[in-house]
Amino acid sequence: MYPAPFDYYRADSIDHALELLGAHDDAKVLAGGHSLLPMMKLRLAQPETLIDIGRIDALRGVRFEGDTVTVGALTTHHELASSDVLRGKSPLLAAAAAQIADPAVRNFGTLGGNIAHADPASDLPAVLVALDARISIRGTSSERTVDAGDFFVGLLETAVEEGELLLSVELPTTGTGVAYAKSEQQASGYAVCGAAAVLDGERTNLAFNGVAATPVDARDAAKVFADGGDEAAVNAAIRAALDGHDLLDDLFASGDFRGHLATVYGRRALAAARAAG
Amino acid sequence: MGALGQSVRRVEDHALITGRGLYTDDLVRPGVLHAVVVRSPFAHATIASIDLDAARDVPGVVAIYTADDLCDADKGVPTAWLLPELKTPAHPLLARDRVRYVGDGVAVVVATDRYIARDAAEQVFVDYEPLDAVVDPKGATAEGAPQVHDDAPGNLAFDWQLGDEDKVRSAFASATHRAEITLRNNRLIPHAIEPRAALAEFDPSTEELTIWMTTQNPHVHRLLMTLASIGLPEHKVRIVAPEVGGGFGSKIHHYPDEAIAAWCSMKLGKPVKWVATRSETNQTDAHGRDHVSHAEIALDADGKIVGLRCTTWAGMGSYLSTFAPAVPTYLYGTLLSGQYDIPAIHVRTYGTFTHTTPVDAYRGAGRPEATFVVERLLDLAGKVTGLGPVEVRRRNFVPPDAFPYATQVALEYDSGNYEGALQKALEIAGHDELRAEQARRRENGEGKLLGIGFSCFIEACGLAPSQVAGALGAQAGLWESAKVRVHPSGTVTVFSGSSGHGQGHKTTFAQVVADRLGIDVGQVDVIQGDTEKVPFGMGTYGSRSAAVGGSALATAVDKVIAKGRRIAAHMLEANEDDIVFEDGSFHVEGVPAKSKAWGDVVLAAYLAHDLPDAVEPGLEETAFYDPANFTYPFGTHIAVVEIDRDTGEVEVARYISVDDVGNVINPMIVEGQVHGGIAQGIGQALWEQAVYDDQGQLLTSTMLDYALPRAHRLPSFETDRTVTPCPHNPLGVKGVGEAGTIASPAAVTNAVLDALEPFGIDHLDMPLTPEKVWRAMNR
Repeated sequence: MYPAPFDYYRADSIDHALELLGAHDDAKVLAGGHSLLPMMKLRLAQPETLIDIGRIDALRGVRFEGDTVTVGALTTHHELASSDVLRGKSPLLAAAAAQIADPAVRNFGTLGGNIAHADPASDLPAVLVALDARISIRGTSSERTVDAGDFFVGLLETAVEEGELLLSVELPTTGTGVAYAKSEQQASGYAVCGAAAVLDGERTNLAFNGVAATPVDARDAAKVFADGGDEAAVNAAIRAALDGHDLLDDLFASGDFRGHLATVYGRRALAAARAAG
Repeated sequence: MGALGQSVRRVEDHALITGRGLYTDDLVRPGVLHAVVVRSPFAHATIASIDLDAARDVPGVVAIYTADDLCDADKGVPTAWLLPELKTPAHPLLARDRVRYVGDGVAVVVATDRYIARDAAEQVFVDYEPLDAVVDPKGATAEGAPQVHDDAPGNLAFDWQLGDEDKVRSAFASATHRAEITLRNNRLIPHAIEPRAALAEFDPSTEELTIWMTTQNPHVHRLLMTLASIGLPEHKVRIVAPEVGGGFGSKIHHYPDEAIAAWCSMKLGKPVKWVATRSETNQTDAHGRDHVSHAEIALDADGKIVGLRCTTWAGMGSYLSTFAPAVPTYLYGTLLSGQYDIPAIHVRTYGTFTHTTPVDAYRGAGRPEATFVVERLLDLAGKVTGLGPVEVRRRNFVPPDAFPYATQVALEYDSGNYEGALQKALEIAGHDELRAEQARRRENGEGKLLGIGFSCFIEACGLAPSQVAGALGAQAGLWESAKVRVHPSGTVTVFSGSSGHGQGHKTTFAQVVADRLGIDVGQVDVIQGDTEKVPFGMGTYGSRSAAVGGSALATAVDKVIAKGRRIAAHMLEANEDDIVFEDGSFHVEGVPAKSKAWGDVVLAAYLAHDLPDAVEPGLEETAFYDPANFTYPFGTHIAVVEIDRDTGEVEVARYISVDDVGNVINPMIVEGQVHGGIAQGIGQALWEQAVYDDQGQLLTSTMLDYALPRAHRLPSFETDRTVTPCPHNPLGVKGVGEAGTIASPAAVTNAVLDALEPFGIDHLDMPLTPEKVWRAMNR
């Protein structure tokens, strides 16, 4: 498990990180390292330069201002899971973060690193889509905000452009009517199918990860459910949301089975969200 | 109270859990170089050429060797268990013209550090011409299948049979009930927490070679290394097992890599270290299982078994690993009588070559496969007779008064009480209540599907005696050595040929010695795993250490006591025959006051001022113990599973084990072995499988794809024991290292199929993944 040679820089500030990103081609940003480093050790990723943002405190932490919760990109999964602010104001992200991997991973892995890596089986992308989260990205000259639904562009591909840095995620406050339910991939613990549901009066949302290259937005199915649709109607709406996505197919679940799991876990997440609301 | 049977805390653990334990990769020698083996990315290809120029130019590279450099020095990797007419194609340390599995070594890069070696390995350009591959153990025998070795036509390594085929045929002809099954025993990848590693240091002045390596049997490795692979005289080679982080069998076998590291050290006159990465481990550590079997059982009108037959295609992988031929034959076919009195058995096993990683002994080695066949058949027998899984087993158990019991497949069971273990397990499980709950759920269609599965298993540990092993083809004896050195002050150091790698031998062996000598456990130290310190030993595998290594130790201690009695008799001016050794002192029988303490006798032995005639000074004895027979642990395990009707996800809700491992030296350690074994077997039943695509690419070479058991997916096990001592060894112990792994795959699979009974499903192959179960429910 020995990575190929690379240059290492430690950024002291956001501006410094952007400056380093501008100065180096083929640079990767290192946060918690729990997605990037294993790929480098297997030599599946061989970036020439690593820019370590791990010590930039401005990127860390959970803040509540106005009616928005802002979560810094460097906030660890453990910090998400145990944040009183999140648990009080927007509990879905905390609940989902608590289901990621094991304590060692949760202590290192970060929100920003997780979504920037955009592993389709990761737990958080669907959560952000279901929450209508907005993601702040800064380049050297400007800062922009992208809807979660537009952030995940493809397999391991996001809206973050070359030379840009993911800063934070803004979440709306929600009620308690939220839930995340997943079927674990038996080796990795990632989601074969993860379903995030929000039914808090304000929002009626459902999204999936693990089933396709990008999160699947199934909010129409949530509306069918909220309007009292029966099992068959909700299933049909979930199937409709899956249409147009190539369902992932691997050793652990065929595309067909993933589609079936989406109907089951979608309904379970919706029912759990309603029960919690 | 004696030290036996006490849950003495493991003396090993302080160092291990505080990070002070030194493993092979922790060891540092001055000027050490690092080796990386360049491995084939193809399962089957010819090598047209190898271009080393770019790799040689990497700064820090010291040497790069290929098969051409090893040449005559490469005597290859031997097979140490020979069957009649066994094909043993050459297995060179480095492949020369042709590679035969993904991971086959083609070159070795030696550099000043491991990063450089790895970088340079990527600059070794091998021109492969890929060929078709075969990966299925049965498919390998099909006409036109790609051939692994030119000198093994039809990919057949061996065709082995045991039992009376005609007797079985007539039993089947006259039987009332028959059941049959075709099954796969899924291929598994061992995952010792420490990958394989070797640090070899050759001293050009003395021509002595020391190899620190991950081994379960240092003397056997030394013998294979010296006789076969590198040709150095045995007395010039020392193999040391430092802390070894588990093995499960994978560190029994002799592999090319450790020998290559040794050869490089001899060639370069410098220490050379090789450490496998986890991916290399998955590609090159010998895998386990990989059977395709067709088995049948026949019963009479009373539900008595009249015959059993089984044909198996056992995948050997690309080369015959060290003990590979013994596993699906003498460790499998001989176990097909299970706990049952079966009057006619016939077994036939084809060992086949495939373009995959070699397969060899892995925790249980043959016995989990046999148990799986027998216990699946018994469940089917319960169905076809209408007797159900419990009654059909009961009717066929070898009764307690029938021991020693000779099976139809060449074993003689030493002792057992199978009904006792079953009864206890049924009571712990609350079997009647479970069945009632199952009936309720089936009737109202609510809640998860409930299944109850049985595994009444037997295993054979401490393969023995050597004479029999030799007759069966073993190229080694299967005894064990022990040396007991009593120091003048009365404390003891023992040297055991067993070679623990996590089992806790330093604790349990100290208990054996302390108990026999009536001294404190803390006064005994145990040395193992070093060919320079320990008499020739066979090592630790096959649940043999307590039964064979422990018995060797007890025998050596008894020799010490015998000498002590002679000296004490002389000191007490009594007849030797009248001297009794009890609670740490020698006294004249019936006259407890006339006694000499242990320490006084020991000191007298060393002072030698007044020893009886013909008694040598000192107090040190060695024993080489060759058991009279295997030992036969047994038990009943019951798995209770729940299946999600919507997703097919299986949860082991409860797991009950009643094991009988004979006398117990340390209950806590026994418990730990049972727990680990059950978890490992549940892993096989529900999650683990090595998957190759049809071109021989290993799709499960990382832990992201190979699903190991995780604690949160397991229930708290409900473990218990019965005790039926082994009648033929001095400790009455049987062995526990593999019991859980042997029992649990069948228990869990039977439970899942019991849950699925309303769906009319006779069998599903392991691992019982959600999709497989869901599809079965919805077909």
